[in-house]
This record gives sequence, C-alpha cells and structure tokens, in this order.
Amino acid sequence: MKQETVNLASTDRGGPAQPLLMIKDLKKYFPVRGELFQRERKFVHAVDGVSFSVAKGKTLGIVGESGCGKSTTARLIARLVTPDSGSMIFDGEGVAEFGGIEFKEFRRNLQMVFQDSFASLNPRLTISETVAYGPQAHGVSKAQATERAHSLLARVGLRPEQFASRYPHELSGGQRQRVNIARALAFEPRLVILDEAVAALDKSVQAQVLNLLQELKAEHDLTYLFISHDLHVVHYISDEVMVMYMGQVVEMGPVEDIYGNSRHPYTRALLSAVPSMDPAKRTQHTPLSGDPPNPINPPSGCRFRERCPHAEAVCAAQIPALMAAQGNLAHTVACHMNDPQSAHTQTLMEVAA
Amino acid sequence: MAFSLNFAPQVAVPVMPTPARGYWSKVLRQLMRDPVAMTAALVVFLIVCAAVFAPWLAPMDPYKGSMIKRLLPIGSEGYMLSRLMYGGRLSLLMGVTPVLAAFGIGTSIGLLAGYVGGRLNMIIMRVLDVFYAFPSVLLAVAISGALGPGMTNSILALTLVFVPQVVRVAESVTTQVRKLDYIEAARMSGASAFSIIRVHVLGNVLGPVFVYATGLLSVSMILAAGLSFLGLGVKPPEPEWGLMLNTLRSAIFRNPWVAALPGLLIFITSIGFNLLADGVRSAMDIRR
Repeated sequence: MKQETVNLASTDRGGPAQPLLMIKDLKKYFPVRGELFQRERKFVHAVDGVSFSVAKGKTLGIVGESGCGKSTTARLIARLVTPDSGSMIFDGEGVAEFGGIEFKEFRRNLQMVFQDSFASLNPRLTISETVAYGPQAHGVSKAQATERAHSLLARVGLRPEQFASRYPHELSGGQRQRVNIARALAFEPRLVILDEAVAALDKSVQAQVLNLLQELKAEHDLTYLFISHDLHVVHYISDEVMVMYMGQVVEMGPVEDIYGNSRHPYTRALLSAVPSMDPAKRTQHTPLSGDPPNPINPPSGCRFRERCPHAEAVCAAQIPALMAAQGNLAHTVACHMNDPQSAHTQTLMEVAA
Repeated sequence: MAFSLNFAPQVAVPVMPTPARGYWSKVLRQLMRDPVAMTAALVVFLIVCAAVFAPWLAPMDPYKGSMIKRLLPIGSEGYMLSRLMYGGRLSLLMGVTPVLAAFGIGTSIGLLAGYVGGRLNMIIMRVLDVFYAFPSVLLAVAISGALGPGMTNSILALTLVFVPQVVRVAESVTTQVRKLDYIEAARMSGASAFSIIRVHVLGNVLGPVFVYATGLLSVSMILAAGLSFLGLGVKPPEPEWGLMLNTLRSAIFRNPWVAALPGLLIFITSIGFNLLADGVRSAMDIRR
C-alpha cells in the first residue's frame, strides 16, 4: 500500500471542509542564558516543526508530558510568544501574510482560557469589569459592554445580580474559570484555546465546566484547541487528538483511533500509565521510565528513542516523518515502525495488541 | 474619622483607575479597625493640623523674641510652642514633598522599565544602581551640598535620593505583574499597551509602591531634619525642627527639656508615619 506523507500546505479554500486553522512547521527555540562570554548560544527546542489542522466545529485535544511544548504551541498561535518560523492559515486565509488577513483580524477570532483561574483575573477588577474590559478597549461604550458582560456571566451560570460586582478572591476556582470563559466569549471568537483550563479544578467542578464548554461550543459554533495532560478529559471532549513529545507531534488522529489503536510507543506508554477502573483492561505494557531528555540537546533521529523499548539503530540515524498509519489516512504517526520502508525490524507489527 | 481619608488615598486616588475605588473603600474600612494605625493617624493628624493652622493657633510670632525666650519652658509665653508649630510646617513640607515627587517620578520610570523589559529595563536599572553605591544619608548630604543650601535644594536632593528606591520597587512589582495570565488575557483582547498599563498594571503596582513610599515619609522627615541640622537645609531665622535642634543643642545642659523638644517631635512624627504605613500595608492585603 502506498504511504502518504501528510501535506498540510495544500490550501482547500472555502466551504465547510476547509479547516478552521492550519498550522505549518511552527518553530520556537528559546535561547538559554549562558555565561557572559559564552561563544555558542544554546537553545531549548520548545516547539520544533509542529504542523496540524483543526476542522471547523471540532475539538482538537493536545496531550503530552509537562514541558513537551503544548502550552508554547498555544502561545505561539496566539502570538503571545513570537514564533521563529511557521505559517498559519485561518479559514483559508494566510495570517499576517501577503494577500491574507491581518494578524489583528485573526486575533479577534481567537481567545484563550488559562489554567490558573486566579492569576488570569485582575484582582482589582470586579468580574463584570473583567469581562467588559476587552469590548471596552475596542470602543464599545461602558454601558453596552457591562450589559453584555452581565448576559455572558448569566450564560456561564453566574447570576449577575449576585456575582457581577464581586472580586476574584471572593469566588471559588470553578466560578473563576467560568468568568474566564465568559471573558473569552465576549469577542465572539471562532477558535478558543483552552490551556489546561480545567486542570486546576476538582473532578465534580471539572465535569460541570466541561459540560458548559460543550454547550457553548454548540451554541456559538466554536472550535476548541484543548490542551491538557489529563487523558480522560481529552478523551471525553476531543474529536481529534494530537500527542506531542519534546516539541514535536508524534501521533495525531481521531480520538477513538488514538485511544483504541495507538501506533506510537510513546502514546501507548502514556495511555498505559492511566489507571483503569476495569481490572480486565489493566495493561502489562512497560510504563515510561526516566525523564524526557534535555531539550537543549535533543537526541538524534527519533527524540523518543532513548526511552523507547523498540529503539534500533535506524531510530538514532533518521528522523521519523509523520506518516499516515496503515489503512487510516486520518491517523498519522511519526515512528519508523509505522514506515515499511524504514530499516526497523518491527515495521508494521501488530502494535495495538 | 475623616482624617485617614485625608491621608491614605490622597496620594493614590487621582491616578487610580475608577474600578479600584471599591477596593480603596475596603482598605479604609479595614484600616479603621486597626487601633494602632488609628492612634498613629490621630497623632499625625494633630501634628499636621498644628502645623497647617499655625498662623491661627500659635500664640506668638515665631520670628520675634530673643535667645533667652527660646529657652523658656513651653508653657511660659508660648514662644517655644509657636516656633515648634511653625517649624512643623517646613519640616513636614520637606518630609512629604520629596516622597510625593519620588512616588510620581519613580512609579512612572519603574512601570516603563518593568513593562517594556529587556534592554531598556537593564539600562534604567543599572544607571539607578549607581545611586545605590552610596548610603542615602551621604547621598542626600552630597547632592544638597553640591546644589547649595536652601529648602528647594534640600527637597530636590531628597527626591533624587528616593527616586531610585521607588523605581526599584515599582520595577520589580511591574515585572511580576506583567508575567501574570490576566495581562496575557488583556493582550489577547487586542487592547493597547497604554490601556493595559492603565487598567491592569497600574492598579496592581500602585499598592505596594504606595506602601513603600509611606514608609519613606519618616525617613524623609529625618533626612530633611538632618540636612537642616548640618546647615544644608533651611536658613537660621526660619523655624524648622532639625534646625531648631541644632541651635538649641548648646543649651542642652541648661534646659534639656526644651532643647530636646524638636527632636522629640521629629521622633513622634516619624513613628506616627511608620505605624500608619504598617497599618495601611496590612489593610491593603484584602486577600486574607
């Protein structure tokens, strides 16, 4: 069977099939501050050539260990951090490119909800003022912005007459995160980046907020980029899942393919680390050992090889490309075992078993 | 007790964004419940009133009278009392003005350095570090000496001494605040840098800086008195506590009680400012 390298550059303009956001070859190396007269500058390879796309109205879950570049990817898309290279196509229009849309225009369509619900709210503003701030900064009158803020607060389940004039420290974590969601919606965005948005909440509140997010998505035709290290939550909310390891995408595909038929040894290790409630489902897979290698000096070839039980010579020699998995074009994997033409001895073995 | 209104928010209210008013009224309520701070506020208030209304309250003209009368106990003829009241005007002016000026200038520079960051921050902070090479008393004396004696020059010298300290506090708080998610959220909303600084940064930076500046009031009073004591501040006929301490110094063995009075007032006023600053500091911590 012919293997296809996924090519995200092809721009299928217009129509519902047009992905809302396409990211190509996003890169960010952070310089490491060394000694004063150090000759060689070192870099942390935070995000190293990430490409993906999100379909309209879908939720893309991004998972991976701490420090794998999930949050940096989000910040790069929002340009809170300037990428070193990479291009973005938003609904068929290149962002900040010749002939495309302005960056400002793009940002208006994009909002973000952060993990730390307390740090993401100004302690000196009432929650109504926080939600109304963005529209006001864009010239909406104070009265209108406040009215809109109140209706948004009501929508996320905080009765304005009771909560509008409260300060963040007078709210619980779940309530604060609702405020953050209301603020994100104040712009009527099309894409919302949820960066560990429910990670800091306890389970029952988490479920409420996730349900709220699902409802809002349907009401406002939103598309989510859901970043999390919680595999259960990602399983619940995502349509597609992208697994990242050391700044690179190792596997991406529809949620059931990733959870039920994962191809990459790293994904399988991650999933086997999740405790299962069902004793029959307990796996005997080797759990991951050790820490990820130093991102300043990533290993040659496949970055996972040092922790991979199947690593061979080819893994050190060649960087595995992101390729479609056997019989499923939507499911892509960056592993030599997935590539029949690679020199790996275990190519196309039944890994899902 | 309207006087604490007079004091605490007076410095901050004009620059605070409107939404913060609710916060300041909370702080005030908290402050009212602190007996130590309220006593300190009362003392400071009485001293300030005595100084401000000296022309109406003082029983004598402080410029008349002789050296002998200056040594009379406080009750007799009221000459000493009048001089102390008039002296408070200059002492307080020289104590408060440099702090106010340094608060305004220092906060602006600190905000700029902290928010812009990078190379500009480094240049500003390293230049100001030069001022840190000298103890503040020595620096005040040196600048004041270079500018020549006189009240305006003393105020200028003290302002220069305090600006780097205020900048350092403002810069470090701004740098912390700038990294918080709500600033990023505001940037996501596409608001201008000016708007973000005004609404989100300033309100959260002013508090700590204001508290620090309140603490500087007593230092400023003592330094101002010190400059006058050394002959670098106010010139002789003017009544000023530091200067009075200097001229009465020779009489300390004949009439120690009277000679010590200006010093005692400097002491009480600075303690008052300090305790009040402590009260404001804890009242501002609304997250308890």
